[in-house]
Amino acid sequence: MGAPENRKYTKTHEWISIEGDIATFGLTDHAQSELGDITYLELPEVGDPVKAGDAFGVVESVKAASDVYSPIDGEVVEVNSTAVDGPDVINNSPYDDAWLVKVRMADPSQLDSLMDTSAYDEFESNQ
Amino acid sequence: MSENLKNTPLVDRHIALGARMVPFAGWNMPVQYEGVIAEHNAVRNAAGLFDLGHMGQFDVTGPDALAFLQYTTTNDLSNLNPGEAKYTLLSNPDGGVIDDLIVYRKPEGEAGYMVCMNASNADIDVAWWEKQAAAHPEFDVNLRDISADTGMIAIQGPNAQAITAKVTDADLTSIGDFSWANGSVAGVPAKIARTGYTGEDGFEFYCDIADIATIWDGLMAAGGEHGLVPVGLGARDTLRLESRMPLYGQELGMDISPYEAGLGWAVNLNKGDFVGRERMAEVKANKPTRKAVGFKYVGKGGAPRTHYPVAIDGQEIGEVTSGTFSPTLGENIGLALIKSEYAGVGKPLQIIVRGKPVDATQVKTPFYKRES
Repeated sequence: MGAPENRKYTKTHEWISIEGDIATFGLTDHAQSELGDITYLELPEVGDPVKAGDAFGVVESVKAASDVYSPIDGEVVEVNSTAVDGPDVINNSPYDDAWLVKVRMADPSQLDSLMDTSAYDEFESNQ
Repeated sequence: MSENLKNTPLVDRHIALGARMVPFAGWNMPVQYEGVIAEHNAVRNAAGLFDLGHMGQFDVTGPDALAFLQYTTTNDLSNLNPGEAKYTLLSNPDGGVIDDLIVYRKPEGEAGYMVCMNASNADIDVAWWEKQAAAHPEFDVNLRDISADTGMIAIQGPNAQAITAKVTDADLTSIGDFSWANGSVAGVPAKIARTGYTGEDGFEFYCDIADIATIWDGLMAAGGEHGLVPVGLGARDTLRLESRMPLYGQELGMDISPYEAGLGWAVNLNKGDFVGRERMAEVKANKPTRKAVGFKYVGKGGAPRTHYPVAIDGQEIGEVTSGTFSPTLGENIGLALIKSEYAGVGKPLQIIVRGKPVDATQVKTPFYKRES
């Protein structure tokens, strides 16, 4: 599956879509496929800060636990509790229903270092 | 791949089936094909096929084959009839465990025993046995590591027998639990054992390594209409854990007594002397200070995993040996080795998951038992 257009991507396989000063985070199809059956998701609470390069959540499959990283600084304004209650949505709909958190960005220029869709597709195909 | 991994003869089939391959005990093995949960459920509800080419096999023959195995392992093998098998432990002098094993007495008309060993321990086991034989020349035995010449696969699940029946001339109904017999499978000679590591009915096949792909292909072709799927090491682990079968290196080790691990049933202190007997008898008489217990989560949190600390009121009392999200039960389960005074069905535990305590309660095991 090619990654959707109009989003940014990290080397740790998160996607970010931007609307105004709000960034929405999720995991890419490559990430969910590598993890396998996802059974648990832990996310921050509304109001929690996130920091570029730091883990803001944990996703677990049957076999392993992995951190989910924020590429930017900001504050959590919304959390997808449906995904927490039924984390297999990440396997089934990584780019749509399985958004994880919405963050009010502190410094949108931090997005500049992230990959666009074609750069990520190329990065991912070399993984 | 940086490591020098060994491949089984089935590696190309795994890759063609879409398997994700991982290094395991020096082998390049499939961890999953379609997905751990789907494969797990297929074994519980239909059937699964496992490549066990990484497992080791050891042949013990000679006039003192039984006496040698009695001396080096914990269970009493003296009452095995030809064609019968038993679970036993290869013990060290300190009363710990070098490996857990299945010993098969050869079928009628063949001499001696075959032992199935864990992949991660096979070389260690063989070296240990050779050392024991050298130290005890009174045992007249012939020892042979036949791992490299022996193919092994398993079919497990409620449909395992129906599928196998389509490709064998053996009377499967005459092969009881923990027994084996010779038969033709998919046209090649094999030993068919009603043993396994999933908690389901099923068979393990041992054959000349040159024939293993023939058996795999024959079973895959015969099993399609019975829901047979290939199953990787991921589901093998969740299946065995639900059935509370120990995994060496987690529930068992050089410094864990079988009486602590809840495997006292695999030790017979009355069968005569054996390696580690004295120390095991002491542990049993003094009551083990640690005990393996089963638990499930009451609270919410990430899955329990090996080496996670276990606590009561903030005080560490042991650690998780194995844990997983249980596909059959839909909840988090695990085994922990804890201080004995805290053990008891219904008693609480806290599993420390990434620094956060998650409430758990001790439960009876196995977590899952098939209806017979």
